[in-house]
Amino acid sequence: MTSPEHIDHPEAPLVKPASPRELFIAFNSLALQGFGGVLPVAQTELVERRRWLSREQFVEMLALSQVLPGPNIVNLALMFSDGHFGLRGAFAAMAGLLVLPMIIVLALTALYGQFATVPLVSGALRGMAAVAAGLVISTALKLLTTLRNNPMGRPLGLAFAALTVVAIAWLRWPLVWVVAGGGAVCVAIALRRLR
Amino acid sequence: MTPDIGTAGLLGLFTHFFMLSLLAVGGAISTAPDMQRYLVVEQHWLTDAQFSSSIAIAQAAPGPNVLFVAVLGWNVAGPLSVLATMAGCLLPSTLFSLWATRWGEQRQGSVGVRALKAGMVPITLGLLLSTGWVLALPCIGKASHRTGALALIAVTLLVMMRTRLSPMWLVGLGAAVGALGWA
Repeated sequence: MTSPEHIDHPEAPLVKPASPRELFIAFNSLALQGFGGVLPVAQTELVERRRWLSREQFVEMLALSQVLPGPNIVNLALMFSDGHFGLRGAFAAMAGLLVLPMIIVLALTALYGQFATVPLVSGALRGMAAVAAGLVISTALKLLTTLRNNPMGRPLGLAFAALTVVAIAWLRWPLVWVVAGGGAVCVAIALRRLR
Repeated sequence: MTPDIGTAGLLGLFTHFFMLSLLAVGGAISTAPDMQRYLVVEQHWLTDAQFSSSIAIAQAAPGPNVLFVAVLGWNVAGPLSVLATMAGCLLPSTLFSLWATRWGEQRQGSVGVRALKAGMVPITLGLLLSTGWVLALPCIGKASHRTGALALIAVTLLVMMRTRLSPMWLVGLGAAVGALGWA
C-alpha cells in the first residue's frame, strides 16, 4: 500500500507529511486496511512505514486520545494532523479516515441480509476476527517496549498495565473508572518522578 | 425498507448522539449500551438483533469501529439518519479534541502535560491488551474452531513482531482459513 521509499528502518530519522493531501491519502489507506480495528495498521503505517512518528510519540498520542471523548483513532488523526497543517490537515485526515470506509460499510449493510447465513461468509468472518484479535495483541506488545523510556519506569509501568488488564478483562470494571482512577494514580506518580 | 421517522425524530436522534459524544471516553463503543436503550427500548426504531448485527458488520468491514454508528443510523431511517447519528456522534468530540490538542500544545514542555502523557501510557497499553483478549475470547470459545483460531492468532503475532508486512495480508489469510472451515 505504501511506496517502497517509505519502508525503512525503525530507527530511521522521522519525516513530516508533505501536504494535507498526503495526510488524506495516508489515513484513507490505513483505514481501508483496518479490518476489525484501525489501530494496528495505524501503528505500522505511521511509525514503521512512513516514519511520521516514533513509537514513543505514537503511544503518547494514543494515551491522550484515550482520555479525550470520541473515537481514539479519530482523535489521534486530529491531534497529529492539526500539528502539521492546522484545521485543513485535521479535516483532511478525518475525511480520509471516514468517508470511503463509511460508503463501504453502508454498502455491506445493504448486502448483509442476503449473505449472513452463507457458511463461507460466516467462516471467513470468524477467521478475520481471530486475526484482528492477534493484531491488537501484537500492537500492544510492540508498544510495551516504550515503557523503557517512560518517566514512571519500566517495572511500575508494566505493573499498572497488568492491573488494567485484570480490572477490564477479568473483573469487568467500568472503563470510565479504570481510566479515571488508574490514570490519576499513574499521572501522580509520573508527576513526582518528573519534578 | 427505510421507515420515515419525521423531522422531529431526526432531531431527537441527532440530539441524543450529540449528548453521548462527550461521554464516549475510550471510544464510541463505550456508549453503545445507552444507544441500545434509546434506539431499541425507548423508540422501538430497531430490534435487538438489528442492533447487534449493526456492530458486527462494522467490525468486519474496513475502517474505524465508530462506523457502527453510521450503520445504526442507516438501519433507523436511511441516509438522513446516518447524517444525524454521525454528525451528532462526531461533532462535539472532534471540536473538544481539537481544542484540547491546541491547549496541550501550548503547554507542551510543562511538567503537568508531560506527566499526563507519560502516566496514561501504562493504562492505554493495558486497555489494548484487554481489547485483544476480549476479541480473542469468542474465537477460541468454541472447541470445534479453537485450534484454527489459536494458530491464526499465533501466526499473526509472529509475523507482526518479526516483519513489517501490512496487517491486511494477515486478514486475508484469516478470511481464507475461515472460509475453508478451519477457524
